[in-house]
Amino acid sequence: MNWHNIVTVYLKELKDSLRDRRTLLSTIIIPTLVMPLLTFGVGKVASTVINKAREETPSIAILGGEDSPAVVQQLRESKKFHVVPATANFKQLITDKQLRAAVQIPAGFEAGLKAGAAPAVTIYHYEGELKSQFGVGELERFLRELRDKTVADRLAERSLPTTLAKPFDFKRENVAPPEKVGGNLIGGIVPYLIIILCFSGAMYPAMDLTAGEKERGTMETLLCSPVARVDIVLGKFLMVLTGSLSAMGFMLLSMSTTAFFAGSMFGGGAVRAQAVANAPTSESLIPMIDPIGLIGVVAMVVPVAVMFAAVAFTIALFAKSYKEAQSYLAPLMIVVILPAVIGMLPGIDLNARLALVPLLNLSLVCKEMLSGVWHWNYIAIIFGSSCFYAAIALALAVQMFKREDVIFRT
Amino acid sequence: MIEAHHLTKIFRDKKRGEIFAANDITFRVQPGQIYGLLGANGAGKTTTLRVLATLLAPTRGTATVAGFDVACEAEKVRANVGFLAASTALYGRLTAREMITYFGRLNGMTDPAIRARLKQLSAELDMSEFLDRRCDKFSTGMKQKTSIARTLIHDPAVMIFDEPTLGLDVMTARAIVRFVRDCRGRGKTVIYSTHVMSEVEKLCDVIGIIHGGKLLAEGSLAELRQRFGETDMEEIFVKIVGEEGAS
Ligand SMILES: Nc1ncnc2c1ncn2[C@@H]1O[C@H](COP(=O)(O)OP(=O)(O)OP(=O)(O)O)[C@@H](O)[C@H]1O
Ligand SMILES: [Mg+2]
Repeated sequence: MNWHNIVTVYLKELKDSLRDRRTLLSTIIIPTLVMPLLTFGVGKVASTVINKAREETPSIAILGGEDSPAVVQQLRESKKFHVVPATANFKQLITDKQLRAAVQIPAGFEAGLKAGAAPAVTIYHYEGELKSQFGVGELERFLRELRDKTVADRLAERSLPTTLAKPFDFKRENVAPPEKVGGNLIGGIVPYLIIILCFSGAMYPAMDLTAGEKERGTMETLLCSPVARVDIVLGKFLMVLTGSLSAMGFMLLSMSTTAFFAGSMFGGGAVRAQAVANAPTSESLIPMIDPIGLIGVVAMVVPVAVMFAAVAFTIALFAKSYKEAQSYLAPLMIVVILPAVIGMLPGIDLNARLALVPLLNLSLVCKEMLSGVWHWNYIAIIFGSSCFYAAIALALAVQMFKREDVIFRT
Repeated sequence: MIEAHHLTKIFRDKKRGEIFAANDITFRVQPGQIYGLLGANGAGKTTTLRVLATLLAPTRGTATVAGFDVACEAEKVRANVGFLAASTALYGRLTAREMITYFGRLNGMTDPAIRARLKQLSAELDMSEFLDRRCDKFSTGMKQKTSIARTLIHDPAVMIFDEPTLGLDVMTARAIVRFVRDCRGRGKTVIYSTHVMSEVEKLCDVIGIIHGGKLLAEGSLAELRQRFGETDMEEIFVKIVGEEGAS
């Protein structure tokens, strides 16, 4: 091993890669754009849609209720709904989104209330449709108020205290500081993004530096030089690793910048969007991120990036052409995404067994570290196992490069 | 100086089984000599030259290039060899200057030495006009000149050419032939493979006819003419290869 040669190869590959559009796209441009696009783009669209939905007065239909004029009258007078005449095809209208919801008032509803019977009111809605849910929410609030009033009237009639029907009250209070709440929300998506970007950041330089060189005929030129094969592999590998780490670096950099700007100029929309999505608190969508947690994440990702770089390098080296390399590495992307997605699911927590599953362990430990939880024993196991896998992958890459049936594969 | 002793290279192929791409090849090239390896497609020229350039390891036999063994002193061999083939391309995203400088550095040269040598080569090969342009925009002639400068940057004692005129027009091919002759003039050991009869006639001091991985005949043009009673190289070639085919 000769460091001078390794550095020479590395610097040349770096210069060459900086002139390659595909590599620039995957290692710098996409990582930089992904967070701003996610927060400003998706956040903005979501909040706009939700606000529009809330501003709309939902159209509802009243079914039945001919013998309950008081209730019908109250519904009609409410500013929260726009009551339209009921038709027989109301279900179809709800499906077609011309009607948000319908409320079925059973025959003899008001008479039943007076007599102490318990008549059931039915609300028709379209599950999962946002505007329909708003209509349902308003209808339920209306009915709840009506029920509370009925209870209060009945208690008053019998001269009983209101606490008889409502013996105690309760409310929620959040104790998590804002960045920890953020850790749980961001904690899911950040490791996921880092894993994917690290892999795609390694993938393009790896293909360009191996199969791409074979295809363009420069591999043989390079092998003619007196530099040892080991030095060539390590120089090239360092470039692939640079691609992987720079994808992570640019993503984190742009995320911090986004968070900084979003905090000041983008309070409204995102906050509301999240409040509607029933998040535990109504903090910003891009909350403060614990910098210590972030450093932890970066440290944990480095050995995994080494592994990605070595694996992508080895596989791409085997291919004869850029296209062939792509057809090997694209399916591998799914293998990488899968554990990252599982790690993003809520409720899956780190345990001793999961700590040994590559990638999933990274995803889970990053989620913890970003929400301020540090299980040092798991962290040690995960870091150690990642380094071990990385070393094996790198050794494999060096061995593959020395095999002439791989380099001169026909 | 190049010496090959019973050099054999076997490829193992799933469909074709064992392929003797080079089979028991023995020859010697002196400094100031051009050795022409003449053979048809698939004869084993590229394989033989790749073994000499240490890109492939020999299965059996030995070879020394510039006094170093190709099997155990591969890096020293490469430091003394300039290898130019149709399959040794340029980095398209680098300029000619960057490309040549890179290979100078890989050969352990210092930057001032590279600059001085590059200036000299650029003048000799008339490259100054495109030296700072990217190689992917080059014409074939410019690419060929850049490749030549790349092989010569470290001034190797041994030059290996594998069908360097393949796909070139007459003028460019002539320029290459002239350049190969120049190498001989400077006392370099040159081995040159081709399937073009006229090139070996014009250029080579010793001709080796290779077919099916075997070196079938060897000698100067005059010797071969005398031995086979023909003046035309093509007739000689067909006689040798045909004889082998019949037996
Ligand atoms: N890497 C390899 N794996 C398997 N077989 C190979 C390999 N390289 C060459 N061969 C086979 O070895 C034989 C000699 O090939 P070689 O390329 O040396 O011939 P050549 O004389 O250079 O031919 P051409 O004029 O086509 O360049 C051929 O049959 C070829 O198919
Ligand atoms: Mg050939």
